[in-house]
Order: sequence, then C-alpha cells, then structure tokens
Amino acid sequence: MSATALPPADAVTVGSVAHRPRSLWSDAMRRLRRNRAAVAALIVLVVISALSVLAPFLPWLPDPTAQDLRLGVAPPSPAHWFGTDELGRDLLARVVYGGRISLLIGLVATFVSLVIGVSYGAIAGYRGGRIDEAMMRLVDLLYSLPYIFLVILLLVFFSRSLIMLFVALGLVQWLTMARIVRGQVLSLKQQTFVEAARALGASDRRIVFLHIVPNTLGPVIVYTTLTVPAIILQEAFLSFLGLGVQPPDASWGTLVAEGARTIALFPWLVAFPGLALSLTLLCFNFLGDGLRDALDPQDRGGVS
Amino acid sequence: MTRFLIRRLLTIVPTLWAIATLTFFMLRWAPGGPFLAERDIPEGVRAQLEHTYGLDRPLGEQYLTFLGRAVRFDFGPSYKYPARQVREIIAGALPVSLELGALALLVALLIGVPIGVVAAVRHNRAEDHAAMGLALAGVSIPNFVLGPLLVLVFSLGLFVLPPALWRGPESRILPVLTLSTAYVAYIARLTRAGMLEVLRQDFVRTARAKGLPEHQVVMRHAMRLGILPVVSYLGPAAARILMGSVVVESVFQIPGLGRYLVNAAFNRDYTLVMGGVLFYAAFLLILNLMVDVAYTWLDPRVELA
Repeated sequence: MSATALPPADAVTVGSVAHRPRSLWSDAMRRLRRNRAAVAALIVLVVISALSVLAPFLPWLPDPTAQDLRLGVAPPSPAHWFGTDELGRDLLARVVYGGRISLLIGLVATFVSLVIGVSYGAIAGYRGGRIDEAMMRLVDLLYSLPYIFLVILLLVFFSRSLIMLFVALGLVQWLTMARIVRGQVLSLKQQTFVEAARALGASDRRIVFLHIVPNTLGPVIVYTTLTVPAIILQEAFLSFLGLGVQPPDASWGTLVAEGARTIALFPWLVAFPGLALSLTLLCFNFLGDGLRDALDPQDRGGVS
Repeated sequence: MTRFLIRRLLTIVPTLWAIATLTFFMLRWAPGGPFLAERDIPEGVRAQLEHTYGLDRPLGEQYLTFLGRAVRFDFGPSYKYPARQVREIIAGALPVSLELGALALLVALLIGVPIGVVAAVRHNRAEDHAAMGLALAGVSIPNFVLGPLLVLVFSLGLFVLPPALWRGPESRILPVLTLSTAYVAYIARLTRAGMLEVLRQDFVRTARAKGLPEHQVVMRHAMRLGILPVVSYLGPAAARILMGSVVVESVFQIPGLGRYLVNAAFNRDYTLVMGGVLFYAAFLLILNLMVDVAYTWLDPRVELA
C-alpha cells in the first residue's frame, strides 16, 4: 500500500498541466488576462457597447431628440447627469445614442476594410509573380494619395449619406491590412500543410480561404482592433468639419463640433462627448496593444 | 543613386497626373456648379461667367487646358475670390501651415524622445508604465477634443493665453501643443522601442563592462542607434502633421492652407480645391522620396530599389 502511494499532490498538478494541450490561443488568452490594462479596457468597451445596443430599452434614459425648450441649456444636475443642450435635450442620452452611430460606423467600415484587405492581400500573396507586383503597385499608389482630401472631396461633392461615409472610410483603410496579409501569405504558402492540401486536390480558392487565411488571424485580429479606433477617429474628424453624420443623427464627432462652438458658455457640451470619444479610443488602443503582446510575444516594441 | 532618383521621379509624374485627372472629372461631374450656390443668376450673366472661366468649351478642351496650366502650377483665379489667383492664395497660406507644422514637430521631438529614453531605461518599472500609459492617452485624444479643452483651461479659465488667431508668439502655444500631442506620444513609443532593442546589444554590454557611467552608456552609445526609428518616422510625420493641421487651423481660426482647402470644398471653389489637392499630393510625394533617400544615408544596409 505505502509502496504504491499516490505521488505528492503538487506532482499531480504539474503532470496535469503538462498534459493539457497549450495552443497558441490558450497561451495568448493567458497572457492577455495577465495584462490588467487590457482587461480593464475590454470591460469598459463591453459596458459602452452594451449601453449603445440597449439604449432604446433603458427606462431611465430619456429620448435623445425630446426637447424641453423651457429648460433650455442647463449644467449637469441629478435629473440630467451630463446637463442639457440649447434645445433642452438630455446630453447623456445624446452621448449614448451618438456612441451607437460612432461604434456602428467604426465596426461596419472596419468590416468593409477587413474583407477587402484580407482578400486582396491573400490573392496577391498566393498568386505571386506579376499579379502580385501589379496589385501591390496599386496599393503603393493609393498610399501616396492625400487620402483625407479625397475623402473630403467624395463627401462634399456627392451625397453626404451614411453609406457614402462607410465607403469613403472603408476604401482608405484596407491598404495596410492588405500588406500585412500578403506578407503572411507569402511565408505560409511555402509550408507543407498547403502542399498537402494541394496534393489532396483542393482548389486554389479553398486553399487560400480555408487553409491559409485562418493562419493569418493573429496579426489580422491585432490590426483590426487598431483599425476600429482609427475609423471612429476619422469619422469624428469628418463630422467635426461638418462632412460626416448629418442631423438629426449625431455621432460623437458631431456633438464635439456643436459643443466646441459654445465652449465659453457651456463647457459641458464639449467635455462629455469628448471624454466618451477619447475613453473609447483609449480602450481600443489598450486592447490592441495587449492583444499584440499576447499574440506575438516576440514583438516587444509595442509600436504600431 | 541617380538611377533610383530618376525612376522615382518618373513614378511621381504619372501619380500626379492620375490625381489631377481624377479631381478634374470628379469636380466637373459633381452636382451643382460654383455659380448656382446662393441666388439665381440671370442667364446672360451666367453665360458670361462661364465664358470667362472657359466652362463653355468642350470638356476635352477644358481638360487639356487645365493640364497644360497645372504643369506650370497655374490654376487661374479662385471662383470664390475672383480677384485672387489660386497660386497666390496657396503661397500666402503655406508659410503659416509650415510654421505651425515645424513648431509642432520640434516640440514633439523635444518632449517625446526624452520620455521614450526614460521609459526604456526604466523598462517594466513604474516610470515605464506611467510613460506608456500617458503615451497611449496622448494618441487617443483627438486634436479637435484636446484643442477646445486647452482653450477652456488656459484661455477661458486662467486667462493666460489667447484662444484663437495667429498673432504674436503667445498665440502659437495652444495650437502647437494641440497639434504635437499625438506626435509626442508616438515618438515616445518609437524611441522606447528603439532603445530597448539597442540596450540589449553587445556593444552596450561592453560599454558597461569597461566601467562607463550608465548615463554615458545611454546618452553616448545607445542613443545614436536607438533613435534611428524616430528619424525615419520624421518624413511621414511631417506629411501627417500638415494634414492634421486642418483641424487645428479650424479650431484656432488660423489662416493656413488646411483651412482654405476645407472652406474651398464647402464653397465649391473648384479651382482652389484642385490647386490645393494637387499641391498637397506633390508635397507628399516629394517628402516620401526625400525620406527614402535619407534612409540610405542613415543606414547603408538599405538598398534602393
């Protein structure tokens, strides 16, 4: 009995840990969870997103378009936490609903740029040769355009609709993604699992999108996380200039622009939307940094 | 080197041509002409106006005239301010934008590099975490939020600095601070990354081993290589700062190029828009070329292709 005694307790734990498979993802999750700033950022983002999604169902949140002209503009108070604007509209509600629009634009335009960038980069990298060279030349050319002015031109001379905004922002954001994915694909396509898939008779399309693209996910996720705040920032910039979201809709950029006009008299009108916007951007950046450290421990630079 | 320069200059020309063509046709086909804006103009007057600006010619002829003039950087008079040539407006506004941008870049370097060095030297300690947290915050605050907030504190709260305009040295402080914050943060991050890379290398260990004081190891030996990434970032940064000044110029009412361009777009001042876009594009392309040339100076391992 004593000769076959169970091994000491700590040996058991060591053994079981060694047996648990450690994939890249579980490793990355572990590293991410240890990064307190990234976890905090994630929690704040979840709260902001939940507020945005649930806004119409929150009983304590007034209608953002409901005017109270007798009240007019008022500083923060227990009834209106963020105060009210010139038309007596509740600023907290306007900021929450503004977040809906800002986040929606950020996510949709990022998705557009993701689809274009990943497909473009994957095809260029997989085809290689002349096709690759021509495709990347085009990317270089587009890089050299003063894109913010092209965006401004697009929006001034054509309709200032939300759709146009998605197109304009998505069109300029996919370039870096294409470069990243192409670089990854170039090295991946040499590997044996791609050869195996080809030997099994898989079509090119199947190889690219089922075998190669999933393996580029790490860098793609990191870059996507950093693209969302970049797009939100650009949308806010355009709205600030009066080219983005049009009334009665209001994004954070619109609210900041409106508030900035009366900053001397009613500073809270610019302070709260500005804080909401900055906090969201900060959280996305912290999360993106944390994800990069987690998914790519080699890269210690922390520079995008 | 000469071959590289010629090749690159040859790619700049078609790029500019493509941008010019794109802008020209976009503006011609855009709804609403420049003379429809405010009130109805009698038919005869409009015809006269269109004749003056050559808008009654066939489109192809207009396009060729435009290209021919654009080569000489002549875009004719502004639609909105007919007494002024587009060329003059750009020449008048450019120095303001350049001064704003150069000051902002200088401030960014003077503050960003020391922060990055300290963060790298104190890697993973409190100073590092604080510096990098601040840097991320600096990147995250949009300049059109920061600008009004600075005005609120320093002009409307403390009454120490003017809230707008571009007159006298004290009027420079707030716009330059607003514009440089994001670059301070980014340069601090770049410096830290570069220094961390260098501080691990053998020659740094040798310098330490021979008994040099730490500040000499860092300042004399490591810094030289460590700030290379920052130097190579200066080109793109200069280009982006010029773009970023669009916002700062509208926040602080500064008569720079960015503000003229945005206003021109709103006024459908087609000649000014075209001149501005082409000028910016040429400026960017030449700046990029200069950066590529500078790379080879700094790091002979880089090959020009």
